[in-house]
Amino acid sequence: MRPPVRREVLRLSVNGEERELLVRPYATLLEVLREELRLTGTKHGCELGECGACTVLVGGVPQLSCLLLPAQVEGAEVTTIEGLADGATLDAVQRAFMERGGLQCGYCTPGMVLAARALLDANPSPTREEIREALAGNLCRCTGYAGILDAVEDAARSGR
Amino acid sequence: MLRLPPCSYLRPGSVEEAAELLSRHGERAMLVAGGTDLVPKMKRGQMEPEVLIGLGHLAELRAVTETEEGGFLIGAGVTLAEVSAHRRLAAAYPAYVRAAALVSSPALRNVGTIGGNLCVDTRCNYYDMSFEWRQACGFCMKKDGDICRVAPASKRCRAIASSDTAPAAIALGASVVLAGPAGRRREVPVDGLYRDDGQYYLEKSADEVVESVRLPAPGSWCSSYVKVRRRNTIDFPLAGVAVALRRSGPLVDDCRIVLTAVGSRPFDVSAAAAPLIGRELTADVLAGADGLLAEVAAEAAKVAKPLDNADLHYVWRKQMTRRAVEQAIVEAAGRLPVPTGRA
Ligand SMILES: Cc1cc2nc3c(=O)[nH]c(=O)nc-3n(C[C@H](O)[C@H](O)[C@H](O)COP(=O)(O)OP(=O)(O)OC[C@H]3O[C@@H](n4cnc5c(N)ncnc54)[C@H](O)[C@@H]3O)c2cc1C
Ligand code: SF4
Ligand code: FES
Ligand code: FES
Repeated sequence: MRPPVRREVLRLSVNGEERELLVRPYATLLEVLREELRLTGTKHGCELGECGACTVLVGGVPQLSCLLLPAQVEGAEVTTIEGLADGATLDAVQRAFMERGGLQCGYCTPGMVLAARALLDANPSPTREEIREALAGNLCRCTGYAGILDAVEDAARSGR
Repeated sequence: MLRLPPCSYLRPGSVEEAAELLSRHGERAMLVAGGTDLVPKMKRGQMEPEVLIGLGHLAELRAVTETEEGGFLIGAGVTLAEVSAHRRLAAAYPAYVRAAALVSSPALRNVGTIGGNLCVDTRCNYYDMSFEWRQACGFCMKKDGDICRVAPASKRCRAIASSDTAPAAIALGASVVLAGPAGRRREVPVDGLYRDDGQYYLEKSADEVVESVRLPAPGSWCSSYVKVRRRNTIDFPLAGVAVALRRSGPLVDDCRIVLTAVGSRPFDVSAAAAPLIGRELTADVLAGADGLLAEVAAEAAKVAKPLDNADLHYVWRKQMTRRAVEQAIVEAAGRLPVPTGRA
């Protein structure tokens, strides 16, 4: 039998809000976000690092929440899809996905949008190839990707 | 939701303390750096540590430093993304940086480390499956069972060495610094880190931590890495070839070829490059003119004995190993400085 494991304090900022939680040290960030904080915008697909549905930004950098342990995000600034819009005003990437039809079922969309946002923050005018590269870990079963690439190009043109 | 089994997470204050914790907790404990290999495997019950010894917070593992000899010392906790974006490393060691940049996907490279990459578990289609799948199929000797499912007559596990950076590091003559308890340190060539056994694939004691990777001064070596896989992203290698070439005047002076994903350890098959030594790699030779490259590639790929335990057909994987060797030589040659007097 495994010995019981005590919960530990996790401090982090989620979408600009400081949080202090008592979590299992083996709960992934995906579980913490969806189940403790009820932020269900972050999707669970494979839960094994293979699909990108669970992508969030940690310190502005895309990471897979299904593989991150609490200790790895202690003190970090986490951005989920819920934190992207400014009130009722969508982020340029979100708007472009809507206008360009960069989604169908929408399941991959939170991860795609966040990975694209991080790309544009680091490189405001990427080539189509650079966009492809940046989204290479985010699978979409619906769109065939063309609408997604178009949307990110549009978002780059329109700025923030 | 796929969840991790209960385990505690320890934060050692130093690499030395990590080694001491490993030694104290024995088989119950495992190191975790980025966790991109370990976490999925724990979710599938392939590994069941009760204690995780975290390395991610250790600043001492995060540095890239130039050595006095003109090489580099890269901390084991440096991420694959950091290596991929490092200009001086890219200029000096194209094979290594290319290999790091071809691992998995961008978000995984932002977290996965180079130390974890050298120690990445071996792979097999009968093993990299959920607990329920393996239970239904019957467990195998790598975990919970006693026979090999892909080669039932085999006395050992034939799971596949799948690190992308290992062959590049070996071709470049790199070594690893291993830190043990009580401040013990030793340095071994990366080639010496592996055993040809899918189950016990690392040649280091269980309480040793990979502290850093040392790349020797690049000298006039030029290098390349070619990876074969189904998709150009996410997938592990089905064959990987690292080549390092050196030229003296117009003639090839030395050539190293190292393969990954064709057996249970990376294979240094540099002896196969003998026909290239003393030859000039003209455009014709590189285009396959006198069959020189094909000869070298066929010899180099001889050790590759793929089994039916990875993606795509094993005969095709063997053929592609040869093609990848040819391509890696061509790419490395393309990076050689053009000899004087020639355009
Ligand atoms: C979808 C997917 C695709 C992938 N594709 C590839 C691929 O194409 N090529 C590839 O090479 N890898 C691939 N990986 C595996 C993995 O992401 C990389 O190998 C990564 O570099 C592992 O580093 P990490 O820090 O996350 O290791 P961890 O998961 O933290 O550790 C991996 C292993 O190494 C041990 N370890 C870690 N650090 C040390 C250390 N300093 N000293 C001693 N032991 C240590 C751990 O105990 C564990 O056994 C993939 C993984 C996933 C989930
Ligand atoms: S090679 Fe054989 S023993 Fe090893 S993981 Fe595969 S089936 Fe199991
Ligand atoms: S749910 Fe995390 S990568 Fe698929
Ligand atoms: S829109 Fe359905 S998975 Fe991408």
